[in-house]
Amino acid sequence: MKILVCISHVPDTTSKINFTDNDTKFDTSGVQFVINPNDEFGLTRAMWFKEKQGASVDVVTVGGKDTEPTIRKALAIGADTAIRVDTEALDGFQVAKELAKVAKDGEYDLVIAGRESIDYNGGMVPGMMAKMMNANFVNTCVSLDIDGDKATAVREIDGGKEKITTTFPLVIGGQKGLVEESDLKIPNMRGIMMARKKPLNVVEPVAADTHTKAEIFRKPAPKGDVKLVDADNLDKLIDLLHNEAKAI
Amino acid sequence: MSILVYTESENGKLKKTAFEVASYAKGIAELMNTSVTAVSINASDVEELGNYGVDKILKVDNDKLSKFNADAYAEVLTQAAKKEESKVVVLSQSANAKYLAPILSVNLDAGYASNAVKLPIIEDNFTVERTAFTNKAFNQTSISTDVKVIGLSNNAYGLKENESSATVEDFTVELSDDNFGIQVESVDKNTDKVSIADAEVVVSAGRGMKGPDNWDMIEELADVLGAATACSKPVSDMGWRPHSEHVGQTGKPVAANLYIAIGISGAIQHLAGISASKNKVVINNDPEAPFFKAADYGVVGDAFEVVPQLIEKLKEFKANNS
Ligand SMILES: Cc1cc2nc3c(=O)[nH]c(=O)nc-3n(C[C@H](O)[C@H](O)[C@H](O)COP(=O)(O)OP(=O)(O)OC[C@H]3O[C@@H](n4cnc5c(N)ncnc54)[C@H](O)[C@@H]3O)c2cc1C
Ligand SMILES: Nc1ncnc2c1ncn2[C@@H]1O[C@H](COP(=O)(O)O)[C@@H](O)[C@H]1O
Repeated sequence: MKILVCISHVPDTTSKINFTDNDTKFDTSGVQFVINPNDEFGLTRAMWFKEKQGASVDVVTVGGKDTEPTIRKALAIGADTAIRVDTEALDGFQVAKELAKVAKDGEYDLVIAGRESIDYNGGMVPGMMAKMMNANFVNTCVSLDIDGDKATAVREIDGGKEKITTTFPLVIGGQKGLVEESDLKIPNMRGIMMARKKPLNVVEPVAADTHTKAEIFRKPAPKGDVKLVDADNLDKLIDLLHNEAKAI
Repeated sequence: MSILVYTESENGKLKKTAFEVASYAKGIAELMNTSVTAVSINASDVEELGNYGVDKILKVDNDKLSKFNADAYAEVLTQAAKKEESKVVVLSQSANAKYLAPILSVNLDAGYASNAVKLPIIEDNFTVERTAFTNKAFNQTSISTDVKVIGLSNNAYGLKENESSATVEDFTVELSDDNFGIQVESVDKNTDKVSIADAEVVVSAGRGMKGPDNWDMIEELADVLGAATACSKPVSDMGWRPHSEHVGQTGKPVAANLYIAIGISGAIQHLAGISASKNKVVINNDPEAPFFKAADYGVVGDAFEVVPQLIEKLKEFKANNS
């Protein structure tokens, strides 16, 4: 089983979100970048397949040199090889094209991506990539098992879950549930040392075109002050919710 | 040239989001001087779409589509968009719509903007405002392809009634085995509870509840309000509540009309995911809890005292107002 895990390099969840260049670019100054949380769950599940079922696990990112510490971290967690497609990620379609090429060329059976990246929240790369590769696709995947040439997955739906069986090649959009929070690994010293010796292959992009462009960003308008209601006067709260907010 | 809209149904009945995406599609149709065509799969009550600006309904009845299948459903919409020569296709952001939209956009070679919150601007560039950075910002995204796919965030546009006389047309689609690479073996759905995605009101609780045994009052409050229940991340990590209830930046987004947070501190990752909700209420015994800065209404008090009282008072209110 050859597994490819797609890693998007995103600002840490505590980052202050600001923009520069007349609000056209995300301001990266002082921002810590991490493996996209959804991808980290997928990577950890991939490590399980490696340990228990002898799978090989490579990681891939589409991005500039600045993303290398993030994929090095994935190597330190235990991936075998990292691939960086050397081009700036501009939109979901372009990234999916680049990733689909890597997945096809490498003849991967299983591609694990995340449900969405927490920066741009496109929620589109895995589905696009699956269609481009003619692979099966399971989104919002919260459980994945492999038995020979069959996969069993659980997908989260609105208000419940769905059990799915399918075959390879397969792409998943994963999230928490693939593994638990407590299963996530913080790379240890040995992992970090080993990661330095592991291959990080920089590949040329196919120079896919884009379909969309992020133009101007804006931040939500600042909120007014909270209206405090006394704990012994909950009728007031109900009145506000009914008459002012019109929410009940 | 018609605007195509995918109107979702469940057990043969249109979902509320179907009327919202129809309203939004009508808004676009007005900007572009064209009509609205809805696609509905295995739904019986489709005429109602005529109240929300839909001019034509392509009604698909097909046993093969009785269970949701993203690739097959995307194929239906692809064939409909080609038949109607649609330049814009609108979907909701339900779990199913988010699943099929990327597939559809590859089929149609269309640019896809997800999480849209406003009508597009069609002069010069076609741009759509969408949320980014998990609701910490908005972004104007331009779409350069001939055909465009837009995913409308739930509750971002609302329902707009717009009387039209919708015609219903049976629509047959060609599906191949390739569209069914995924088999749905079983669906486990809580049918007597509203889902977080569909809920108008969400009652959410955090670590301040001390333990899983104290959730009875949270469920009761949700019951009285017809609300979905949700929780903070540590609550689901500790197994007090199922993962499906975890909301926030790394959990589910909440765009409800009313979000009530009980014993939740208001960490940035939590607030990010729920900020699209219209009205936020916090109940917390610590007046310094960051949630008070993000909420519209707040009660400083002990949840174990406030919530039972609130339940009683809401019951009275409901009895008097129904
Ligand atoms: C990468 C990453 C991603 C994350 N993603 C998410 C996410 O998606 N969603 C999320 O929720 N969190 C997320 N978090 C966690 C987040 O940082 C907070 O730790 C979490 O939201 C805190 O949960 P809480 O408010 O329930 O608990 P606490 O922070 O412990 O707050 C409990 C609150 O309850 C109040 N309280 C205590 N007793 C009572 C009482 N008797 N009556 C009333 N109030 C009481 C306290 O005053 C306190 O404010 C993430 C963290 C990281 C690092
Ligand atoms: N630049 C990228 N490089 C590698 N993988 C990516 C990249 N962007 C997105 N992905 C993958 O696609 C998933 C969904 O991303 P998105 O569609 O951008 O929300 C992420 O969780 C990643 O697994």
